Amino acid sequence: MENIIKINHLRKHFGNLEVLNDIEFHVDKGEVITIIGSSGSGKSTLLRCINLLERPDEGEILYHGKDILKGTMDINHHRTKIGMVFQSFNLFNNKNVLDNCMIGQIKVLKRSKEEAMQKAMYYLEKVGMKEFAHAGSTQLSGGQKQRVAIARALCMDPEVLLFDEPTSALDPEMVGGILDVMKQLADEGLTMIVVTHEMQFAKEVSTRVVFMDKGVIAEEGTPKQLFEEPKEERTREFLGRYISSR
Amino acid sequence: MYLLMAAESDGFFTKTWDVFTRYQPLFLNAIQSTLLVAFVGTIAGLCIGLIIGGIRAVTSHVEQTHSPFTKVANKVIYGITSIYVEIFRGTPMMVQAMFLYYTFFAPLFRWTPMMSAMVIISVNTGAYMAEIMRAGIQSVDNGQIEGARSIGMSNIQTMRYIVLPQAIKNSFPSIGNEFVVNIKDSCVLNCIQFSELFFIAKSVQGTIFSYAEPFFIVGCIYLLLTFVTSRILGMIEKRMNHKRSSYPASVTTPQANMLNKE
Ligand SMILES: Nc1ncnc2c1ncn2[C@@H]1O[C@H](COP(=O)(O)OP(=O)(O)OP(=O)(O)O)[C@@H](O)[C@H]1O
Ligand SMILES: [Mg+2]
Repeated sequence: MENIIKINHLRKHFGNLEVLNDIEFHVDKGEVITIIGSSGSGKSTLLRCINLLERPDEGEILYHGKDILKGTMDINHHRTKIGMVFQSFNLFNNKNVLDNCMIGQIKVLKRSKEEAMQKAMYYLEKVGMKEFAHAGSTQLSGGQKQRVAIARALCMDPEVLLFDEPTSALDPEMVGGILDVMKQLADEGLTMIVVTHEMQFAKEVSTRVVFMDKGVIAEEGTPKQLFEEPKEERTREFLGRYISSR
Repeated sequence: MYLLMAAESDGFFTKTWDVFTRYQPLFLNAIQSTLLVAFVGTIAGLCIGLIIGGIRAVTSHVEQTHSPFTKVANKVIYGITSIYVEIFRGTPMMVQAMFLYYTFFAPLFRWTPMMSAMVIISVNTGAYMAEIMRAGIQSVDNGQIEGARSIGMSNIQTMRYIVLPQAIKNSFPSIGNEFVVNIKDSCVLNCIQFSELFFIAKSVQGTIFSYAEPFFIVGCIYLLLTFVTSRILGMIEKRMNHKRSSYPASVTTPQANMLNKE
């Protein structure tokens, strides 16, 4: 099967800090990949390199076989294909819920207003926010904001959706709802890469778990392999620490 | 003694009213000129400020990812805009007006005092607005920019649709304040024969050989103009902040389980 994304020898440093150190990584259609690892291991940086919010120093990121790091790539077009959901939601404060979902469609994809509105309402309904279409985005709770952020990303019809700790900034009672939305998207076959600390979600939903440590992918495998019989000492240590801290 | 003062002050007000009615067309014209030049100066200054402030916001920070060429270009552009801002904020508008009007605007361009006054106040206000907008743009959360970039918006689209609207809203009080300041400070433009309120007060004084009445009149007019303007600006500001609050802001999510599970 052709990889949607294939990453070769990716390196990134901030100052003297090697944040990504020779990363090899690939994503196939329909996969739900969770990335776990301790704080500072480079999970966000890897995710942000995939849609070029962060520019790697070396290596290749092939999207359908084409290197997006080559100068000829249209970065903005690439980003419409790779959606992103942030920990801090990042809804546009100057737009209401509906406009948040429409502006990218209209200004970037050049869709008609009617088409954009239809699609926005479809996805707002899907995430349970249709009733709030005309609410100001600053007046929603965290959980509601994240639902809208997911709808905004889906409106662009992305091929892959990236999630960077989508539930970490939420009150505990909001987490379940967002995970349910994500689970549903996974069931519908959307390709997703999710950085998360929700181990239960990683276990139940993902097709592959990637454990990162100090800028490298230390181990990857099915949830069963990784959680039940980790090969690497540092994976065992991380999971052990994680479970005992809960 | 008390009676004398009362009589005198009574005389002052009658005389002032007299002067006002006699020169009313002049004063009303001057109100128009003052408001016009203050308004044009604020709007044009805002446009200059948006451009220069935008450039300053973008070029003021250096990122590791920038190429050496970009770093140098940023420094140079930022430096040039700094010169503009420093010169026009660091010298009195009256000096700017005298210099620009008598060296360039009148002899070379043949501009009227009115035209020159508008240009001078615009360029002057632009320097202040540039700093207001730079701060306003930099106060917009970086997450807003990342959100826009993540759905494929270009740098310019991000600025236009996301950053600038929020920057303008955040700095609206300062922008409005520039308008109020311009109503008052436009009086220095009398030095280039621009017939705003102060200029008219001076010429009336020259005709009636008395300072008190004409300057008392324009004082009252300035106070009225700035008072009304401040109130209107305050109302607009309130409206901007409350526009959407009529909507029920729910904290819980009754829709949490409304995912269509077909
Ligand atoms: N823009 C930046 N400038 C400098 N250092 C950075 C920058 N972004 C990230 N870093 C550093 O790079 C390292 C990896 O960061 P990254 O955000 O990828 O970690 P993470 O695995 O996502 O951690 P967390 O679980 O805390 O989100 C950290 O040490 C961080 O301090
Ligand atoms: Mg992170």
